Amino acid sequence: MADPLIINLTIFVLAIFIGYHVVWNVTPALHTPLMSVTNAISSIVIVGAMLQVGFNAFGADSLVGALAVGLASVNIFGGFLVTRRMLEMFKKKQRT
Amino acid sequence: MINYNLVALSYLVSSVLFILSLRGLSHPESARRGNTFGMIGMAMAIVTTFYLMKDQVSVNGYALTLAMIVVGGIIGTILAKKVEMTAMPQLVAAMHSLVGLAAVLIAVAAILKPGLHLDAVHRFELFVGAFIGAITFTASIVAFGKLSGRFSSKAIRFSGQHWLNLVMAIAMIVAGVAYFLNENHTAFYIMLAIALVLGYLLIIPIGGADMPVVVSMLNSYSGWAAAGIGFTLNNHLLIVAGSLVGASGAILSYIMCRAMNRSFWNVILGGLGGDDAAAAGGDGG
Repeated sequence: MADPLIINLTIFVLAIFIGYHVVWNVTPALHTPLMSVTNAISSIVIVGAMLQVGFNAFGADSLVGALAVGLASVNIFGGFLVTRRMLEMFKKKQRT
Repeated sequence: MINYNLVALSYLVSSVLFILSLRGLSHPESARRGNTFGMIGMAMAIVTTFYLMKDQVSVNGYALTLAMIVVGGIIGTILAKKVEMTAMPQLVAAMHSLVGLAAVLIAVAAILKPGLHLDAVHRFELFVGAFIGAITFTASIVAFGKLSGRFSSKAIRFSGQHWLNLVMAIAMIVAGVAYFLNENHTAFYIMLAIALVLGYLLIIPIGGADMPVVVSMLNSYSGWAAAGIGFTLNNHLLIVAGSLVGASGAILSYIMCRAMNRSFWNVILGGLGGDDAAAAGGDGG
């Protein structure tokens, strides 16, 4: 079995290739919504933040982790909802 | 007992949903579906992580986490509903700063864990994730300030700026390496402080008109910070989603520059190359 670091590195490099290829053909009108959804997805750091909450919920590490959970949640809800609003506007524009 | 295979498979589904989300947002007809895929992927990631926390967290920990998600969610929802459509770029910039700060806090929490010693590889990954997060945090605040007119959108230049940035960057790396070599927490905090100042210094020489590209570039940075933390925590979902965002954010800024007929390198290195064309315009894009 390979070292976990090597497995992580494999996943990392392959994901970079996917990220590189997946957005090349974006329509110019969708630049801002795409940026906004990318921002929302970057709040995946919430997973890392949640895992910092330890058994002693009121220890310094848990509290700092929980604060990070809160910040990331603002971004998750804000990011996806703002993207939806932008796309709704886009749809109306096309109809008229 | 946690079923780690189940967690890994669920994270895999989330990763695929994020890829479909980015892909969907590239075309008008699939854009809304793409956004929905992103939401489902994120919801699955959070539910799975709640399960993964089972062995390390008491009821209090669960309550605290859930409360923070609810509070953050309410604030985020209000922000998204209230903001003017014309204020979108600065809202995105403001939200990047939150991701950057969250990445810094995660690294600090990892350092604060009582009795935990990270091995050399993990210390390296942690310090990379932390300083990218710190730079993203202050740089996004400056971008937000310039876009919203709270700061002057003019490019701020002074003589010796490049040298100052270079010295700061070297000092930051030296402090990071000092932490890496002997797990010295003071060195880690010094590194963070320098990174925060550096994030500010790197963005002030860039004019307001180029800010949308900078926001997209910062987006990419926040992705790399997430991936760095994913390496530290051995979390595949963080690595995949982080590098997806990192790579696609970088490409998107390149595409945006091309659409605006701007040279990508002029914008990104605007403060470094001393190219005055890079400072052109200043009405906040």
